[in-house]
Amino acid sequence: MTLGRIRLLVVVLCIIALEIVCRTGLIDSYTLIPPSKMAVALFHLLRDGSLTPEIVATLGAVLIAIVGAVIFGILGAVILHALPRLRRAIDPVLSIYYSIPMFVFYPLFIALFGLTDTPKVLLGFLLAVVTMIASTLNGLDRVPKVMRKTARVFRLSKWSTVREVILPSAAPHIFNGVKLAIAQAFVGVLGAEFILSTGGLGYQIFYAFHDFDNNKMYAIVLLVLIIVSIVNTILLGWERRLRQRRGLA
Amino acid sequence: MLTNLDNSASASTHPAIVRLNDVSQVFPSRGGAPAVHAMGPITLDLRQGEFFSIVGPSGCGKSTFLEVLAGLATPTGGEVLMDGKRVQGSIPDGVGVVFQEDASFPWLTVWKNITFGLKRNGVDPKIAAERAERALALTGLTAFRDSYPAQLSGGMRQRVCIARTLVMEPRLILLDEPFAALDQQTRLLMGDEVLNLWRATGATVVLITHALDEAAMLSDRVGVMSARPGRFIEIIETGWSRERDSRIASSDKFGTLTAHLWSLLREESIRASQYAKAKS
Repeated sequence: MTLGRIRLLVVVLCIIALEIVCRTGLIDSYTLIPPSKMAVALFHLLRDGSLTPEIVATLGAVLIAIVGAVIFGILGAVILHALPRLRRAIDPVLSIYYSIPMFVFYPLFIALFGLTDTPKVLLGFLLAVVTMIASTLNGLDRVPKVMRKTARVFRLSKWSTVREVILPSAAPHIFNGVKLAIAQAFVGVLGAEFILSTGGLGYQIFYAFHDFDNNKMYAIVLLVLIIVSIVNTILLGWERRLRQRRGLA
Repeated sequence: MLTNLDNSASASTHPAIVRLNDVSQVFPSRGGAPAVHAMGPITLDLRQGEFFSIVGPSGCGKSTFLEVLAGLATPTGGEVLMDGKRVQGSIPDGVGVVFQEDASFPWLTVWKNITFGLKRNGVDPKIAAERAERALALTGLTAFRDSYPAQLSGGMRQRVCIARTLVMEPRLILLDEPFAALDQQTRLLMGDEVLNLWRATGATVVLITHALDEAAMLSDRVGVMSARPGRFIEIIETGWSRERDSRIASSDKFGTLTAHLWSLLREESIRASQYAKAKS
């Protein structure tokens, strides 16, 4: 049996087990509904289109947070890498930044930007950008010296060296950073929607929870799981190709 | 034999492409460690179109010499002139370097690796493609044009780097122990290839190597470096014809040459290893 088949089997078995414990009443329907019912509820929600604006709102916010985190993360890492003194000075600050639960700033963001999309985008961005910086720095540190020397022999400008030699050389690490940043952005945006917002998938889950609308709540939870799984599968496939090409797989 | 050091007389018959005047490199003291006098002073003319090898004990400043020659490092004393112009802080036009480490770009195919420099120097795409084809053929990589370096052996990756350097049509090619990581048979064959390329391009080649047989076989002249600070204790004219290949390895003269190189290097190597021990 291939690894992929084993993986699929494990997931399918878990779903079947869940279905059985729900259907036999081992877990009551106020707590958990059977996966098949979640799927049906999700299907109806998607078909009547009532969820579409929420999906757009959440994915849009996540996308902005990721794009921002990737751009500023790479830029920040390149600058920090180019200025080792600044990097050494700032290193402890970055470590502390890492351990701050960003959500504590959420009330401040609401006060600053009001009940708009900005606070949740900002939260997703702040969580993702630090991962991006750390991964990119790690990648830049591992660029072999000979790559820089080669760039000099080809008389590339500083900017060309970074763009055409350094960043491609660090690409596997940067890619890993993007993967983690996407996860962080989802956590930030959905978490923010849970706490206080006017829309988005997180808000809808929270709302349904308070309404005892288990069908809707689990349907959206399922949707979030599906979205994250799809994104991850695409990224993993992409990463595998990248690594195979470089003989790292 | 030390009279060979002054080769300025012969430089008049073969114009010098590179001239080193009293070049030395001292790395300043850092974090309590004393300053290191790595190399020099060295005065040397490299003749247009010659194959010059440098041998020396490990840590004698061979790579420092090459970095200074390439313009990758600025010497603390003296000056390097290429075509009569001072080399300072940047790589002069027409210099190609192949490093000891694998410097092929793992994210590009062989073809894109080879055309990397051409595109960036604004070479006409048609001419660039022709040159790249020729370099592929010369280095035996034609069948691997669409492969990625990770799919190739170490020797082939090094050939990618050589091809990538050749397409730029450098007049001065610097090879920093490019075959150090390869097995002996591959090394000898690569030596033949380098000789072919040298003949075909008419470029001046400077080869740094720790293999005495390689130096004896490939070179017009072999510079023997002392232990640190690296200086040339002797520069030997091999006297091979331009049409030579690895078969000269069976000749008597090759044996004599290699033996002579070793007799010069033996003491220096002992000194170098004692220095390394004292340091650790």
